[in-house]
Amino acid sequence: MRLTCPLCGDRDRREFYYYGAEDYLHRPVEGAPVADWDNYLHLRDNPAGVTKDLWYHEAGCSQWLLVTRNTVTHEISAVELVAERKA
Amino acid sequence: MRYSGLKVITEGLLGNKGWTPAWRDPAPKAEYDVVIIGGGGHGLSTAYYLAKNHGITNVAVLEKGYLGSGNIGRNTTIVRANYFLPGNSEFYSHSMKLWEGLEADLNYNVMHSQRGLINLFHSDGQRDAFVRRGNAMINQGDDAILLDRDGVREHLPYLDFDNTRFPIYGGLLHPRGGSARHDAVAWGYARGADKRGVDLIQNCEVTGIDIDGGVVRGVQTTRGAIRAKKVGIVVAGRSSQVAAMAGMRLPIESHVLQAFVTEGLKPVINHVISFGMGHFYISQSDKGGLVFGGDLDFYASYAARGNLPMVEHVMEAGMTLMPMIGRAKVLRSWGGIMDMSPDGSPIIDKTHVDGLFIDCGWNYGGFKAVPASGWCMAHLMATGESHEVAAKFRLDRFATGHLLDEEGTGSQHNLH
Ligand SMILES: Cc1cc2nc3c(=O)[nH]c(=O)nc-3n(C[C@H](O)[C@H](O)[C@H](O)COP(=O)(O)OP(=O)(O)OC[C@H]3O[C@@H](n4cnc5c(N)ncnc54)[C@H](O)[C@@H]3O)c2cc1C
Ligand SMILES: [Zn+2]
Repeated sequence: MRLTCPLCGDRDRREFYYYGAEDYLHRPVEGAPVADWDNYLHLRDNPAGVTKDLWYHEAGCSQWLLVTRNTVTHEISAVELVAERKA
Repeated sequence: MRYSGLKVITEGLLGNKGWTPAWRDPAPKAEYDVVIIGGGGHGLSTAYYLAKNHGITNVAVLEKGYLGSGNIGRNTTIVRANYFLPGNSEFYSHSMKLWEGLEADLNYNVMHSQRGLINLFHSDGQRDAFVRRGNAMINQGDDAILLDRDGVREHLPYLDFDNTRFPIYGGLLHPRGGSARHDAVAWGYARGADKRGVDLIQNCEVTGIDIDGGVVRGVQTTRGAIRAKKVGIVVAGRSSQVAAMAGMRLPIESHVLQAFVTEGLKPVINHVISFGMGHFYISQSDKGGLVFGGDLDFYASYAARGNLPMVEHVMEAGMTLMPMIGRAKVLRSWGGIMDMSPDGSPIIDKTHVDGLFIDCGWNYGGFKAVPASGWCMAHLMATGESHEVAAKFRLDRFATGHLLDEEGTGSQHNLH
């Protein structure tokens, strides 16, 4: 598997650290109900198919990446910089 | 038919014409008291103990492929009771006791072999952690022996004791640990359940769960609708998809775990061994193949195959620990889909729907759990109460904070 980093180009999977699903981008505000934190930390859609998840370009530009990929075929359809994502 | 040594001999003399299929191939009935979704190890053992322990025999196991086509036939077969945390410790201890009587109980040779498990350690800190774990195992009534470097050398003279980067300080020996033949476990439970009246229905994928007024009514399948008073979801890596049919979002992320086997060799590795630096573990099957594996590929996946970086890592770790295996040829590698939970421990619980139960979150360690998981899931489905050794495997423990994080690695699903 290879990921195309928007800054560094096409790179080997070993350069990246996998964190988890896109849910990690939606951190609840302080004082949010427990259910929100449970959703954020634990509960997952976990689709068999297209998903979005977070990868860190550890051995490259040190950017967090939002990757759209297929969990069944391992096909990667988009890689975006989290820093440039519109809120 | 009862299997026995005498039967094997007489059948051999009579041309093996008297063997009959080990289970029936029934068409699904319109209604059952209990439907179990998933014909893996846990689904089959649940059905078996429902019939055997609770006299509930109007049961169907619905399997989308063939029996044993999932992780039960893909794992590296390690059976151990070396857990640390209260909640896990008593459960795996119970499972080990069931393993020890399993072949007699099932009248089936599952090739359970208590050849001893040795977890190696390579630093003072790791030694301290293993001493603590060993004490927890002994407190639970199980067995653990701390080996120093020479003690390890007596058991495993072929390890690379001269490795200066990862020196072997010793190991924790769990004499009752070992392995078993994975698909025989599925077949043994299948045969035992079938004999007690359970319908094992293959090529039958569940596509929907019927719920009415908060009560489960049955399931939709590729072989038609089936009504049921109670339904158990026991589908391992596919738990999120099936639970979603009942409107649930689970604390599960599915990951691929790979394993490898070499060509058959003469007996050379008598134990199950795990390397404490770099993830690698190995045993030798009764056919002679070296069976080994390592860590997850680390990204969410439903592909029953992995990627090359982990292959390379596992081979490197193996060569670091025991260079003698370098000439063995790898015959096959494969992957299985693991239902990873945020604390590395399983779930056996009711759901928000009356009559709907779930058994999942086995991570990469659900083979050893097959007997106790079936035992406890059957108890829960029959009585409505959690079994005492599985009382902490609650679905809501992530929200309530009662985590069972055996490795202390936090809530990230792939780090357990
Ligand atoms: C490479 C590898 C090594 C492992 N090593 C070990 C080990 O050494 N020790 C250990 O203890 N554990 C180990 N495990 C883990 C263990 O194999 C699993 O935790 C355990 O087998 C999971 O439970 P199961 O047997 O019920 O799963 P499975 O056999 O996967 O059963 C689930 C079944 O559900 C069926 N299903 C799914 N969706 C549907 C549907 N919609 N309708 C009908 N049926 C459905 C599937 O087809 C499947 O047959 C390993 C796993 C792998 C992959
Ligand atoms: Zn980069």
